[in-house]
Amino acid sequence: MAQLILNHLTKDFGAKGPGEGGPAVSDVSLTLRKQGFLALLGPSGCGKTTVLRMIAGFEQPTDGSIEFGECRLSDAVRVLPPEKRNMAMVFQSYALWPHMTVAENVGYPLKVRRISGEAWRSRVAEALSLVRLTAYADRRPSALSGGQRQRVALARCLVQQPDIVLLDEPLANLDQHLRKAMEETFRAFHERSGATMIYVTHDQAEAMALATDVAVMSEGKLLQVAPPADIYARPEGRVVGSLIGRGAIVRLRLPEKAGRQLDWPLLQAALAGRRSGHGHAGEGPLSDVLIRPEQVHPDSGGMPMRVLSSVFEGERSALTLALPDGQSLKAYSNKAFCHGTEVPFVISGGWRL
Amino acid sequence: MSGVGEPAWLLAFVCGAVFLLSVLPLIHLGWAGLKGLEGGEAASVLLEAATFAALRNTLVAAAGGMVISLVVGALFAFVVALTDIRGKLALSFAFMLPMMIPPQVTALAWVEMSGPSSPLLKTLGLAPPLGSPQPLYSLAGIALLLGVQHAPLVFLAIKAGLATHPRDGVEAARLSGASPWRVFRDIVLPLACPALIAGGAIAFISGIGNFGIPAILGIPASIETLPTLIFAKFASFGSSTFGEIAVLSTIIASISAGGLLLQQRALKGRDYRLIGLTGARAAFTLGRLRIAVETLLWGTLALVLVAPLLALVASSLVPAYGVPLTLHTVSLQAYGEVLFRQTVTLTALKNSVFLASAAAVGLLVIALPAGYLLAARRGRVANLLAILIEIPYALPGIVLAVAFILAFAAPLPVIGVSIYGTIWIILAAYLSSFFAVSLKPVMSAFLQMDPSLEEAARLAGAGFLRRMRDVLLPLVAPAAGASVILVFLIAANELTVSALLWSAGTQTLGVAIFNLDDSGSSNLASALSVLVVAVVIGLMATLEVLAKYLPEGVLPWRN
Repeated sequence: MAQLILNHLTKDFGAKGPGEGGPAVSDVSLTLRKQGFLALLGPSGCGKTTVLRMIAGFEQPTDGSIEFGECRLSDAVRVLPPEKRNMAMVFQSYALWPHMTVAENVGYPLKVRRISGEAWRSRVAEALSLVRLTAYADRRPSALSGGQRQRVALARCLVQQPDIVLLDEPLANLDQHLRKAMEETFRAFHERSGATMIYVTHDQAEAMALATDVAVMSEGKLLQVAPPADIYARPEGRVVGSLIGRGAIVRLRLPEKAGRQLDWPLLQAALAGRRSGHGHAGEGPLSDVLIRPEQVHPDSGGMPMRVLSSVFEGERSALTLALPDGQSLKAYSNKAFCHGTEVPFVISGGWRL
Repeated sequence: MSGVGEPAWLLAFVCGAVFLLSVLPLIHLGWAGLKGLEGGEAASVLLEAATFAALRNTLVAAAGGMVISLVVGALFAFVVALTDIRGKLALSFAFMLPMMIPPQVTALAWVEMSGPSSPLLKTLGLAPPLGSPQPLYSLAGIALLLGVQHAPLVFLAIKAGLATHPRDGVEAARLSGASPWRVFRDIVLPLACPALIAGGAIAFISGIGNFGIPAILGIPASIETLPTLIFAKFASFGSSTFGEIAVLSTIIASISAGGLLLQQRALKGRDYRLIGLTGARAAFTLGRLRIAVETLLWGTLALVLVAPLLALVASSLVPAYGVPLTLHTVSLQAYGEVLFRQTVTLTALKNSVFLASAAAVGLLVIALPAGYLLAARRGRVANLLAILIEIPYALPGIVLAVAFILAFAAPLPVIGVSIYGTIWIILAAYLSSFFAVSLKPVMSAFLQMDPSLEEAARLAGAGFLRRMRDVLLPLVAPAAGASVILVFLIAANELTVSALLWSAGTQTLGVAIFNLDDSGSSNLASALSVLVVAVVIGLMATLEVLAKYLPEGVLPWRN
């Protein structure tokens, strides 16, 4: 199967009103690994859906191009119509046709490809059994629940054996525990179909759980692409750092020669130096440092910090702590703390953004 | 949505249709009006005393009608939208009827209800002595009936305006300590103001262009309005006729346009963006007053709708003009005449059914692609097309008829045949006039459809015609059905356009009713009118049954 390449992709809808000056998507370049599962992550309005719709062929780029292997799908001059792309999409609204039964919905891509009779029946039955909806084949979509509709939409993607499957916030309309079950279905679907999948979401937990690669977008620009574990451990810049995972970003003076992975002695020196205003660690330029809550532990040998809040979350408590200089920090703890108490903590690591 | 979706021929097709149906006749009208003014001969019509009188009559009658429409329409709209009275749907349905009944039938029914020869009054022993004047043959009578005919327009405008009201705004005012009356005065009325202005303007413009009512009530009393003046000029065809009627039509068109502009100016700065929960109606509990209000509304309906229709039925059951209706005189002879014996009415029936069906089906073929295109593609071209489609519908029928005469009086290019004087010119004018009526339900169905339904079909591999057939058409089918019935309903009852365009053998139902009444056969005119009203109610009831399959706001009496 060929690779999907986005080449300096740009989309400008023209000035739409105050606060929407720049292009919706600006200079996005990206090469998808074969049979990869890419999560396109970003806050709403960051242009991720526009990228997806350009890949599908619903929008034409104003600049740049989209290639699939040797074949150019879109550029500013020509667009291969969506119906000729062999892509499939799961829409946020599922987009099931209300006047067709479940089986007719699933089998429509085959019908358009002039597959009928026994071949049609067996492939529809196979797709439906994969999403465990065989018993619902003759129902109308209106008689199904949200999760079932979602699975019909997925079966419709599966049946046409697409090269690329696009998913536009497919879990946004489902409740929490259905989401977990559907994530499992998506993973199975990806393994089975072998298609390249692109998944648009604003939920970073979803993106981490599903994807082989996570791409973070903000204000139309692509900020970073990396596998989930990499992007969690080594985010590039403040925006990615605050979008991926939980954590606090503190500003510290660090020596120039310090690397990006910071350890406790260095952090301790920086914090202490900042407090006292001298010492070699507290002298470099100000840097943003991301500190994950799981890197902050209560330790009698640590630095005293004041507990601002302690919220019980079930498996543990989430704490908000105040550093001596007033910046705040997040931490997890198995033990609840009283508001306002001073407790010593150790920061086992940090990442300079 | 980007323009990637539809094939190139679609835009060309829709533009071509809009050009033929809207642009061409309008150009001809404007051109003839200019030439008429330039030549001087036709321009002299502007200085004739008859023109001044007609202009004054038109403005007075339309203004009077507007006031009546506003009072009656606003009363019904506020009560139905805001209070807890019972039977709202039945009330709305009944109140909308006058709009759907052709104006000449309304006029005929009222004439049969009042005046010395009314069979109903005679039967009840209430008729004034013979020879006393018919009170409706007056400017006041015309205004009254225009008011009744167009009150539903005000009703609709206000009801639509109130439907978008946030309920929590009214509830917050109640919690702030305002009495229901204060809430109405301080919150509801200011918010309903744009709708009141819009409704009033529509009623005024419709009154300017109305032909059926002044034709039936004004002509016997020699009261001319601009539309009847054009009709009279056209009947006494002279050398300068084309120029004169073009100039007169231009006057009507400018008054209408002026009314619309005035409305837009008045509405400026009154665009209250509504925030909060809309849709749910703000209900005032009437308590003990409820029965009184219900009596008032149904009493008004009985007076303006039921009584005239009963009078119409009564006149259709007497054997001849002036005979009182008793158990001995009652006969179905008039119905036998119009349905089986009179060739004029039979031809008219046949023509109207043909014209209405051809217009309804033909327009659907144009409205489906146009609705798809206008819903998919927003922007300047789409706006311009939408306006051009709207203009012939907004123009008074008499003006549109004149435009079509001017455009099609000469033989058509290439084939060298003139459609003037044939039924095809009426059909062409109907297609132009009712394009907007046909488009509205279809377009709102396309607009309310989730665009991803079509996008999913595209990704499934379906090309334009394929997804049109498999996905889009089945989904807009109910709206398309409503569009066909609505156009049929309006076209079958049409009088104004056909009054100018008919000739021997191509008369329509509207023309036949008018001519029968004009020639004194009021019982035959009544019988035909009763049949027309029955068909109108039947078709409206059919739409009502279809209602739950239709997109929001397609049926005028349900919103």
